[in-house]
Amino acid sequence: MPSVSESFRRKEGPEKLTGVAKYIDDYPLPGCIHGVTLRSSIARGVIKNIHFDPAFDWGPVTVVSAKDIPGQNYVYLIEVDQPLLAEHQIRHAEEPILVIGHPDRAKAYEALGHVHVEYDEWDPVLTMEESLDAKRLLYAADNVFKRIEIVKGDLDAGFALADFIVEEEYRVPHQEQAYIENNGMAAWEEDDGTLTIMGSMQCPFYVHKAMSPLFPREPDKIRVIQTTTGGGFGGKEEYPNMIAGHAALLALEAKRPVKIIYDRHEDMLATTKRHPARVRHRTGVRRDGTLVAQDIDVLMDGGAYVTLSPVVLSRGILHATGPYECPNVRVVGRVVATSTPPNGAFRGFGAPQTLFAAELQMEKIAARLQMDPVAIRRKNLLREGALTATGQMLRESVGASTVLEQVLARSRFADKKKKYARWNQSKRRPSWRGIGLAAVFHGDGFTGGGEVFLRSQARVALSPDGRIRVDAAATEIGQGTTSILAQIVADALEVPYDWVEVETPDTSKVPDSGPTVASRTCMIVGALLHRAAKKLKLALLNAGAHWPLGREAFERAAARACASRGELDFVEEFEKPGDIEWDDVSYRGDAYGVFSYAAMVVELEIDKLTYEITVKNVVTAQDVGKAINPLLVEGQIIGGTSQALGYALLENAIFDRGVMQNAQLTNYIIPTTLDTPPMDVTIVEKPYSKGPFGAKGVGELPMDVPAPAVAAAVYDATGLFLTELPILPEKLCQALHAQEN
Amino acid sequence: MKVLRPHSVDDALELYERHPDAVPLAGGTDFMVAWNGGSENGRLILDLSALASWRRIRDTPSMLRLGALVTHWQLQQETLVKKKFPLLVDACATIGGRQIQSRGTLGGNIANASPAGDTFAPLAVYDARVRLRSAAGRRKLPFMDVFAGVKKTHLRPGELIELVELDFPKKPARQFFRKVGTRSASAISKTVAAGLLWLRRDGTVRELRFALGSMAPTVRRLYSVESFLLGKKPTPRVVKEAVALLEADVDPIDDLRSTRFYRMEVSRNLLRAFLRSGS
Amino acid sequence: MPKKIELEVMINGQKQVYRGPAFKRLIDVLREDFALTGTKEGCGEGECGSCTVLLDGELVNSCLIPVCQAEGARVETIEALGTPTALDQLQTFFLTKGGAQCGICTPGMIMSAWVYVREGGGSDAASIREALAGNLCRCTGYQHIVESVIATVQASNRRTRKK
Repeated sequence: MPSVSESFRRKEGPEKLTGVAKYIDDYPLPGCIHGVTLRSSIARGVIKNIHFDPAFDWGPVTVVSAKDIPGQNYVYLIEVDQPLLAEHQIRHAEEPILVIGHPDRAKAYEALGHVHVEYDEWDPVLTMEESLDAKRLLYAADNVFKRIEIVKGDLDAGFALADFIVEEEYRVPHQEQAYIENNGMAAWEEDDGTLTIMGSMQCPFYVHKAMSPLFPREPDKIRVIQTTTGGGFGGKEEYPNMIAGHAALLALEAKRPVKIIYDRHEDMLATTKRHPARVRHRTGVRRDGTLVAQDIDVLMDGGAYVTLSPVVLSRGILHATGPYECPNVRVVGRVVATSTPPNGAFRGFGAPQTLFAAELQMEKIAARLQMDPVAIRRKNLLREGALTATGQMLRESVGASTVLEQVLARSRFADKKKKYARWNQSKRRPSWRGIGLAAVFHGDGFTGGGEVFLRSQARVALSPDGRIRVDAAATEIGQGTTSILAQIVADALEVPYDWVEVETPDTSKVPDSGPTVASRTCMIVGALLHRAAKKLKLALLNAGAHWPLGREAFERAAARACASRGELDFVEEFEKPGDIEWDDVSYRGDAYGVFSYAAMVVELEIDKLTYEITVKNVVTAQDVGKAINPLLVEGQIIGGTSQALGYALLENAIFDRGVMQNAQLTNYIIPTTLDTPPMDVTIVEKPYSKGPFGAKGVGELPMDVPAPAVAAAVYDATGLFLTELPILPEKLCQALHAQEN
Repeated sequence: MKVLRPHSVDDALELYERHPDAVPLAGGTDFMVAWNGGSENGRLILDLSALASWRRIRDTPSMLRLGALVTHWQLQQETLVKKKFPLLVDACATIGGRQIQSRGTLGGNIANASPAGDTFAPLAVYDARVRLRSAAGRRKLPFMDVFAGVKKTHLRPGELIELVELDFPKKPARQFFRKVGTRSASAISKTVAAGLLWLRRDGTVRELRFALGSMAPTVRRLYSVESFLLGKKPTPRVVKEAVALLEADVDPIDDLRSTRFYRMEVSRNLLRAFLRSGS
Repeated sequence: MPKKIELEVMINGQKQVYRGPAFKRLIDVLREDFALTGTKEGCGEGECGSCTVLLDGELVNSCLIPVCQAEGARVETIEALGTPTALDQLQTFFLTKGGAQCGICTPGMIMSAWVYVREGGGSDAASIREALAGNLCRCTGYQHIVESVIATVQASNRRTRKK
């Protein structure tokens, strides 16, 4: 039976369901010490002095500082500006200064209270606008980490053709990933000098690369192993490098295994969040709704260090136009430095920020033109043959209008819009009701030349006893990597799903198939494995195997095929598809191999007494090319939508002087069962010729679409055009009050 | 941490008299959070959880006696509580998830004196009395006299909450409970309202009791509104005047969860809706 | 009571003796003293429900319980249900209906769902959502979890009817 398109049970499911699966804190690590991190209490300044309370018993305590780092003091990523431990300068609150270890976790925390750091405090730069002023310099001469510009056509000529020009400014806040397993890492040095790191992470080879400059040694003397990971959403893309460095440094100093497990408060205070952004739109449009000019300015808050900000900005601006074709476009993107903890990867990676603005701008334009928001979208939507802002011609797999028409039909959008308008007419109703629409696209895989640069590799191996093993660095973080990779390989080999095993991502065992990010696992890694498995099948055919194959026949064939070699394996490496061209300097060309598409209709109700917003129903259709495992795809869509509803309505990270004030799950509010509506999900499959079985990406796509649909529904319900997330009852209350007066 | 775990009330009172600095611990749903967070370390704990007699709900012909250690989950299961004190049951159902409801206790919550205590608005409108016990004896406090401020009570050293007394009320014409929290479940309140209204045959107000939580350092009865409406018919004009008096009795703040403006606005809306719900 | 105590507690049907600090959290006792690491910590303040266990049959957050309060009590954890090769019915439906993704909230979620099913909860989504409101999940958006519980309730209803 073919595996692809079947909702096979997730491979690691039984272990997770019984509590047997081991997350990093579940490993006892005999003899280990517990590491805790001393962090700066100021947002900006210099360390003058560190004082250790002499009354405290420091005997059993190990303390490491920047001075103990054998190599160079930076956490390798795009730039090398972020120290592993601050030595002199402090650039954000909660910046790590010391790591302290004790065999007893409680004692380690107690020790923290007996270290006193004296600072010279400088005025911090807390907002993007302050940073742009460049009165206080944090980075280079202008505080701008990265500026990127996309230009298509002639903007002035476009505006000259416009009957209307519509302008608006949109704002989105920080968002916390809020995986339920906090970050955690263990490290120790083996007798042969191998530095072993184990923990919760998305990208074992990122950690591996980050360790080399800190702890110089041969690459094979650094080993990174992913443990069962309790959610990532981008939050375990880059920050694990930091924790791994801290654990390793302490382990080398103490000559014992070290475990560092963050508690929720520390995880929320110190680790990365989604970049806040300000997006300004100026759109030229013809009377009939045709877009003729899009002038978009994107500003993001990078936090104190570069980390992944340039790439987040890149994805942000590449999605800033929304899924529409416009002949004249300029997008200017800047990400700036502030004295706040660095912002980083979070599902969608810049796109949810700019797509919120782009889609709400469409609502604004429709209102201005007194045009149906559906009609204006139909008019401008990307279709096959369209040219995106970077001049990319969409040759295939463009599901934009299919997903739009699906949700309109399934939600009975037009009928309900009328029905709710009637409901809202009566002043006696206890609530307002509204319905909103949004449509988005999402580029799959790394931007531009990124995949070429990565040169990912993945392997399929066969042992003489007939075991089929998938070796890849792609991590299972809940999304179903293990299961879908096994399904792809099983079908390429035409064998049952259960015959395929997937190796734990361990840098000493698997090739570097790249990071588990950017909705790339299925499409990129899956395709590599598909090719490798096809080659393996050929080898089996050459060894005389005939399909269909029973288990015994397969084992005999495997023994023959492996012959004297012990194990037969095929490694595939990513090759640049011939028809993809990208220029990273001019930002012209094929930004992504392909895009996924989604549309959503949100229905909501607002209590007139309390302004509480209840999402009553969500209808969505998402074009993923091919659903390798429909249940898992649906899980991604519903889960991502739920996170995005939190982004739209609940999640409000409050900062004061660069410190998150509500760094607890009690006060940073994520959706419960009762905040999450029933969802009607339609999977659309517009196959992509280079994806395995036609598959594109799905991981990030559902994060992009709900927030603008919610804002549109609030507008439909109340007539309030709210341009800033989250749409809290407090904001509605204030805005309604202002409207009345 | 040192723990004292008495198995009888007398032992508990005697231990507390000897160690008035001890922290009485009931369900621990608040204290354990603080302790997990690293504060409260090294305290002496007086664990009351073994006092089985304080877990009981008993009724007399005129009232209910709710033991201090009765949990919020337990209160929702009791037929008599559901029948006579539905606002209290409604409130209990909004306190965290079931895991919290099954640990948090009526007495523990009162002693903790959080401004956001969800049961407080109902207890205030039911004119509850709190019976206190110490080695020296018993005394009663009207519920509204228990609180001294944020996280502060008028309990004396060595005094524990033994039970809460609730007189069976005459059937009200209207009753009301509403918690407005940060989300639909497991939320801390932004404002919480409870109301009871008795009318005369001519439609004038015989008695009104209305209380708000999270709107001041302690739960507040809206005495100004209540006395203004006595003997009046709640016509739209009268209600409007009454609602304007709300701010005399509350003083909410801006905090991590909401704003003063929102809290005032919503509380006025809830009061207005309650007063006008019969018309 | 001194700082260190000794107490008996019935864990998953087995009598166990705990020796250690009186104010150690139940979650730490389960994980560290009895190697029952199926119970997970997500927030340490009773908000996420990942550490949900049963204490004398009642759902509780084990991060909020000092072990002294479990003296003589019955504790049931995720380990009381099935094993990977012999899942119980609820776990089987969580597997086939997609009720678990990253798995970290899953043990606590299953404990809450288990109590719901055991107490004869109905197969309507609203009641199930109400019963699981104390367990946060960041992956699934809950729908597949609710469907897993619905399937379990329906299956056990069918079984009861047959009898």
